[in-house]
Amino acid sequence: MKKRKTISPVRILFYIILISYAVITLGPFIWSFITSLKPTSETDNFTVHFSQLSFKNYGYIFTNFPFPRWLFNSIIIASVVSIGNLVFNSMAGYALARINFPGRKYLFLAILGMMMIPGQVVMVPTYMLLSKLGWMNTYMGMTIPFLTNMFLIFLMRQFFLGIPKELEEAAAIDGLGRFGTFFRIVLPMATTALTTQFILVFTGNWNSFMWPSLIATSSEMYTLPVGLNSFKGQYFQFPDQVLAGAMLLSLPMIAVFLIFQKKFIKGIASTGGKE
Amino acid sequence: MSIAETPNENKPIKVKKAPKVFFTNKKRESIDGWLFVAPFVILTLVFLIGPIIVAFILSFKQYSLLDQTTILGAKSVGIDNYIKVFKDPVFLQALKNTFVYSIGVVPLQLIISLLLALVVDSKIKAKAFFRVAYYIPTLTSIVAVSTIFLFLFKKDGIFNKFLSIFGIGGRTWFNDPNFALMAIILMAVWSSVGVTMIIFLAGLQEIPQTVYEAAEIDGANKFQRFFKITLPLIKPTVFFNLVMTIIGTLQMFDQAYVISGGNGGPLNSTMTVVLYLYNKGFKEFEMGYASAIAFVLFLIIFTLTLIQKRLFKEEPQ
Repeated sequence: MKKRKTISPVRILFYIILISYAVITLGPFIWSFITSLKPTSETDNFTVHFSQLSFKNYGYIFTNFPFPRWLFNSIIIASVVSIGNLVFNSMAGYALARINFPGRKYLFLAILGMMMIPGQVVMVPTYMLLSKLGWMNTYMGMTIPFLTNMFLIFLMRQFFLGIPKELEEAAAIDGLGRFGTFFRIVLPMATTALTTQFILVFTGNWNSFMWPSLIATSSEMYTLPVGLNSFKGQYFQFPDQVLAGAMLLSLPMIAVFLIFQKKFIKGIASTGGKE
Repeated sequence: MSIAETPNENKPIKVKKAPKVFFTNKKRESIDGWLFVAPFVILTLVFLIGPIIVAFILSFKQYSLLDQTTILGAKSVGIDNYIKVFKDPVFLQALKNTFVYSIGVVPLQLIISLLLALVVDSKIKAKAFFRVAYYIPTLTSIVAVSTIFLFLFKKDGIFNKFLSIFGIGGRTWFNDPNFALMAIILMAVWSSVGVTMIIFLAGLQEIPQTVYEAAEIDGANKFQRFFKITLPLIKPTVFFNLVMTIIGTLQMFDQAYVISGGNGGPLNSTMTVVLYLYNKGFKEFEMGYASAIAFVLFLIIFTLTLIQKRLFKEEPQ
């Protein structure tokens, strides 16, 4: 039969391209990781002496620089922002999808319109507002303005539009109020969308640089990206140490993603893809 | 007494019903609705709508944070800030760089990510591995990515050593005004292809398999199937990705800031609109002028988005 699986040259070329691109995306990480394990004198060489590799650089930057503090700040801020976004975006998205309140249509149109406003437009006045409030260089300033996100509200609305209404109606008949229905019935059904939201918010906030660099004015309030940027500026001649910092910033997000990736890809398919 | 069973000619039924239920259904709905959106509405009023109004007023003022006046008390300069924007050689350079960056990144990113999405959507081995491998760069902070690339692309770095194998002379890519922006473009494409790929993938998976089967029966080859079926059907996804990448690239800041150490150098070759705005607003404290720059950027993005909507003649929901 002709249908027998033979490996055609096209197929081989196909796999070569696939693997090459994977090398391009993963290569810099692997190189950085290995370099971060090397002693400084070895950093510019292709060769790897396995006997010389160690986690010394990680220990060094942890004990001699405020990396533990920056890591702590990043974890706290990204967690608070993530929880806020999960709750508030889901609530707003649910209301826009299900609750028939006056002004709903206009609010939705307003969100679509405001999504086009670049955040930088409000950079100057927000900075002034945060200084007025005394929130500069505080956790409040780095979390509260970022507790909701219009793009994700839109995403949640699309998701809630797609799930069947019957369960909520049954819950309402059983005497459960709107909040009870939402938190006890609707949200538990939305784990895929919530996971997607969590990954987008947590990684986005963890990686964000512009706002924290503006709001955190002293080293002990820096987040990891801001800290790494200043560290890189001062210790550029020590690629091993700087790259250890870069790995400290990157690896946790890769880990979070690997843990949740199946749900995440499914979530994007069931929400973001529906234009 | 049952209301429904006592017809009364003089009094309408709902008057009797009213005291029984504290809120009518409609009222309940509107209260619930606004309670649910309240956190979002309040935060948006305080941190978006309010600041936009302030930014708009500021853009007609000469104001520094160091001034001892209020915003309203600051000196009005009419549209001078806006006129100054278009006469400012550094801003014009920044605008040019931003457009070059956008024109460099957008097509490259869309084409590569669509190709990758098609590939990881097809029947291949280790599908999950490749999806994750291609997505990983997008999870990484631009600060980390820029740091890694600064080392890869430095004078005695790995990239130049690799080139020297082929006899190509190396250079300090990020310190060369002719190459710095190009290197940033490549880095940006590398780091964000994954996002557009995932969204394309979602679009591709929405296409029912039966459509392809029908086309195959009709004798359409792979290329015909792609151009006649796949592409038209994922048009909304293409539109979405196009709009998002254009908006994103026009707001480029992190890469330029980290690579150039905040000054947009060498010779302003990596100065972008947002970096310039940042420096004007927070290093030189020209808050009024910075606000005018912000509104010019907003208008550019707004206009481009409207043009694209026209071109695609399809509104995403």
